[in-house]
Order: sequence, then C-alpha cells, then structure tokens
Amino acid sequence: MNYGAKRWLIAAVALAIAVSFLSSLFNRYYLGVAIDVGINIILAVSLNLINGHTGQFSLGHAGFMAVGGYTAAKITLGLSSVFSAATMPILFLGALVVGGMVSAVAGLVVGVPSLRLRGDYLAIVTLGFGEIIRVIFQNMESVGAASGLKGIPNWTSFGWAWALAAITVFTIASLVNSTYGRGFIAVHDDEVAASAMGINPVRYKVTAFVVGAFFAGVAGGLYAHHKQFLSPTGFDFMKSIDIVVMVILGGMGKTPGVILAAIVLTILPEALREFASYRMILYSLLIIILMMVRPQGLFTWPMFARSARE
Amino acid sequence: MNWLQQLINGFGLGSIYALIALGYTMVYGVLRFINFAHSDVLMLGAFGAFFLAPSIGKLLPVPSYLGALIVVAVAAFGCALIGILIERLAYRPLRNRPKLTVLITAIGVSLLIEYSCQHRALFGAQTRPFPKLLPEQTFHAGALSITSYDVVVLLVTIVLLALLWYIVQKTRIGTAMRAVAYNHQAASLMGVNIDRVISFTFGLGSALAAIAGIMYAAKAPGIEPLMGVQPGLRAFIAAVLGGIGNLPGAVLGGLVLGLLETFAGGIPGISNYRDGIAFAILILILLFRPAGLLGKAQIEKV
Repeated sequence: MNYGAKRWLIAAVALAIAVSFLSSLFNRYYLGVAIDVGINIILAVSLNLINGHTGQFSLGHAGFMAVGGYTAAKITLGLSSVFSAATMPILFLGALVVGGMVSAVAGLVVGVPSLRLRGDYLAIVTLGFGEIIRVIFQNMESVGAASGLKGIPNWTSFGWAWALAAITVFTIASLVNSTYGRGFIAVHDDEVAASAMGINPVRYKVTAFVVGAFFAGVAGGLYAHHKQFLSPTGFDFMKSIDIVVMVILGGMGKTPGVILAAIVLTILPEALREFASYRMILYSLLIIILMMVRPQGLFTWPMFARSARE
Repeated sequence: MNWLQQLINGFGLGSIYALIALGYTMVYGVLRFINFAHSDVLMLGAFGAFFLAPSIGKLLPVPSYLGALIVVAVAAFGCALIGILIERLAYRPLRNRPKLTVLITAIGVSLLIEYSCQHRALFGAQTRPFPKLLPEQTFHAGALSITSYDVVVLLVTIVLLALLWYIVQKTRIGTAMRAVAYNHQAASLMGVNIDRVISFTFGLGSALAAIAGIMYAAKAPGIEPLMGVQPGLRAFIAAVLGGIGNLPGAVLGGLVLGLLETFAGGIPGISNYRDGIAFAILILILLFRPAGLLGKAQIEKV
C-alpha cells in the first residue's frame, strides 16, 4: 500500500473523530443514520472480501455480526462497573476487538467446510450457520434468549463508527492489494489455475472468512452499542441478504462501488419510509435485473476497475 | 408406545419433505443449480388452495374427498405453470452464465415472490387460517391416535412417488429428463429438446411442491407468504442428505429428516434446538459424505 492511502486513512479517522466532537451540533436522527451508514460500510466491505474478492458466496454474515455484537455487549455490560467513565474508550475498544475475535473463530469454523464446498453448497452452509447461531442465541438465557439483550450502553458515536469503517476499508484494501492478497483474486478467478501456481486456495478461503468475520463482529459490536438492544430476530437471514444486496449492487470485488452501495442502501430506505413495503420488492427486482443485464454491479465504472483484472 | 406415535408423525412430516425435495433434486439434476424459489412455489400452492376452496365449495361440499382432489389438482396445475414461467423468465436467459449469477438470481426470484405476496395488495403478511379440505377422523388403537390426515398424507405420497417413478422411468419425456441430467450436450445431439425437458421438469417439481404445500398447510397453524421458507430449506437439506440429483435419495433424505426432527422434538432440552438440527445434519453430511447417502462421489475433472 502506498503512502497516499495511509494519508487518506489518517485523514478519514481524524475527520471522523473531529465530527464526533461536534456531534451535538447535528440533528440526532441524521447522526443515527450516519452511524448506521458507517456500520453498514464495515459489513459490506468485509462481506465483499469473502463474496467479491475471493469469489465465495456467504449468506451468513448476519451470524458473524450477531456473534460479535453479543460478545461485545456482554463484555461491556459485565465490566462497565469496574471501569470508570474516563476509561470507557479502552473498555469499548477491547470489547469490540474481543467480539471481532470471537466472530473470527466462528469464521474459522465456517471456513473449514468451505474447503470442500463450492458455489451453491457453500451458500446453503453459511445460511445454515447463520440460522444455527440465531437459534443458539434464541435459547441462551444469559443473553436474554428470545426477548433480547437490553440496556447496552450507548457508546457508538459517529467517530467510532466511521473511524472503524475507515480502518476496515484500509485494512481490507491493503490486504487485497498486497502481494499475498493477489491470491484472493487468483482463487476467485480460477481455483485450479491458482493452485497450479502454488497458491493454496483453502488457505485463502479460510483467511477471507476469518478476516471478513472479524470485521463483521466489530460491526456487530458497534451495532449493539448503537441500538442499545440486541434481539436474535435482528440477525436473521434477511439481515444477511441486506448486506449481500449491498455487495451485489456495488459490484462484487469493487470496494468503492460497495461503499457507495452501502451508503445509498442505508440512506434510501430512511428517505423513502412511506414506501417501506416496496423496499424488499424493489431490492429483489434489482437483483434479478442486475444479474441479467449488469452482473458486474451498478456502481462500477471503468475508472474503478481493478487494474489486475484488465 | 410414545415412540410409535412419533414414528407416525415423523413419517407424515418426512413424506412432505420428500415431495418438496424431489423438486429440488430434479431441477438440480437437469440444470445443476438450486432453485431457491421452489419453497415459494409451495407457499403459492397453499394459497392457491386457500382461494380455490371457497369457490369450489359452491359446487361441491368442500370438506370432502372429491372437492379436495379438485382443489389440489387445480392448485398443482397452476403452480406447475408458475414454475415453468419462473424458469422461462428468470433462469433461461442466464443458462450459460456463471453459476453464481444464476444462484443470486434464484435468491432474487425467491425474495421477489415472498415480498410481493407480503404486500397488502396481494396476500398481506398476516397469518390466515387454512380451510379444512378433508373430513377429519381419528382412529384410536390403544393409546395410539392416527388421524385421517396422517393416512391421507402417506397415501398421497405413495401414489405420487409411484406416478413419478412411472413418468421418469417409463415415458418418453422421463427418458429425455434422464438423458439431459446425464449429459446436456449428448442429449441435445440425440434430438432431445432441452428447453422442453427443463420446462417439464420445473412444472413437475412445482406441482409436487404445491401438493406438499397444501398438505403442510393443512397441519400448520395457518398460512402466510413466508410459510414455505422453513419446509423448503429442510427439503433442500433432505435432497442433499440423500444425494442431490438422486430421486430415491430425496425421498430417503426427506423421511430421515422428518423422523429425526420429530424424535428430537420429543426430547426435552433438545426440542428448543429443533430448528438447528436440520442445518447441523447438513453441515455434517457435507463434511463427511458430500455426495449424500445414495449419491455417487463425483470426480472433478479439470
């Protein structure tokens, strides 16, 4: 990664934190939507690593998000009495990272079956995995079971969400653009040819799942401390589909497009609340039509195309 | 004793899974992809019967065997047409595209049907009571109680399986189906009309799904546009369990899954996790015997 990108990263994180300090100047509702956008960027970009760059098809991203969210929420709920208000950021960061790591372990567990599965089978297994996670949380009394986990502190600020979104984009872009990371694209393009070139597809697939799950877990932690309430039904199949739609719309494997899609698909439903009942009809039609006429995604232009492909 | 009751219930549930699984497996056989919209066809079948029952009821007394037969037949025919239409409009234009494209489209079609039906202009999201199509009777044998429903489900399944076996093994179109499943190109060189065979397969699978959907709805607390999702996923798992693309395998997988779920539902402590069992089985089978119980392992050629 060149210095330019690092400069951008620092600028983005600084800007996010600066805006966060001024957050009292903004309308609370808009701020809430902006935080949603940040969280969704993390989710979409991390899923893009699995579905886009590596060419696997995961339908269980909400499951990873749930693992991270519940873990982080349990940690802050359990330890907030030990930590003082001043050390809150340390606790929050710790909780997010641990949530991400637990989720990464879950990613490892799902990544392992992907050694043997392709395409539609993998999609179903990841879907099943997401459902199993949901069923487990639904039956776990310690996290509120079906009635949900309440009273999570409201710690996710604009700064947290967007700084972490910037870090996610930077990390995943750096990973994919590194010498090592070209392997993801090689696995995506042709597994057999990649392995003939000495790339271990299994290793790359598992890495993609672990890294993607880690960031999904972080996003889950942010989500938990933003909504202050977690319920198993919030992490069902439809949540995974929401994220998948962002990736498909943005263009699989095209980070700028995916970010744009995450922004548009978060703001649009808010702006068109009175048409909410048409939202999913529109999404599904969009998926079908896109696959027929523009499978590369809506927000992909030649200037964003990855140089390695052309 | 209790286990005998469970066995009967398990067979009832399992035969419904089996009928749905046949649709998945047949489509997989000819097209090598998972028709996600199959579970919605089954929902449409149940809704078809829901709307047909009152109008047929004007001509015939409806909780009756003849009335039920007509309702089911019309609904199955309608769903067969819908299945053919889905293939024609959504999947055929993508036939030579990458698998992932078709898979995403299939998910899109499924979501489109579900959410259009949830819209209040169509069916609405609320759960509606399913009308009674058959006169109900309960036979008692000791502490065992067998409802006429259980008997009908088993009989219908047996008849449909026999019919399907006849179609696939003995008729011209069935032979063509097997040929296409075996090798697309060779079949088309031999003069098999691939498009027609695929349409027929979708129609047949959708009709079976519609019948299964009606039988499922008859025992469910009610019907709503998302009712097909859970039985659909389970039937898909049943198809994988038996070996996808393998017709007897789909039936075996359906029965095994139905029995396992029913028995697990009876064990305290596990019953809460009933929804997860099917997926756990799926993951285990894919890890240890990805070809399924009756499937042959395929060697991947490069």
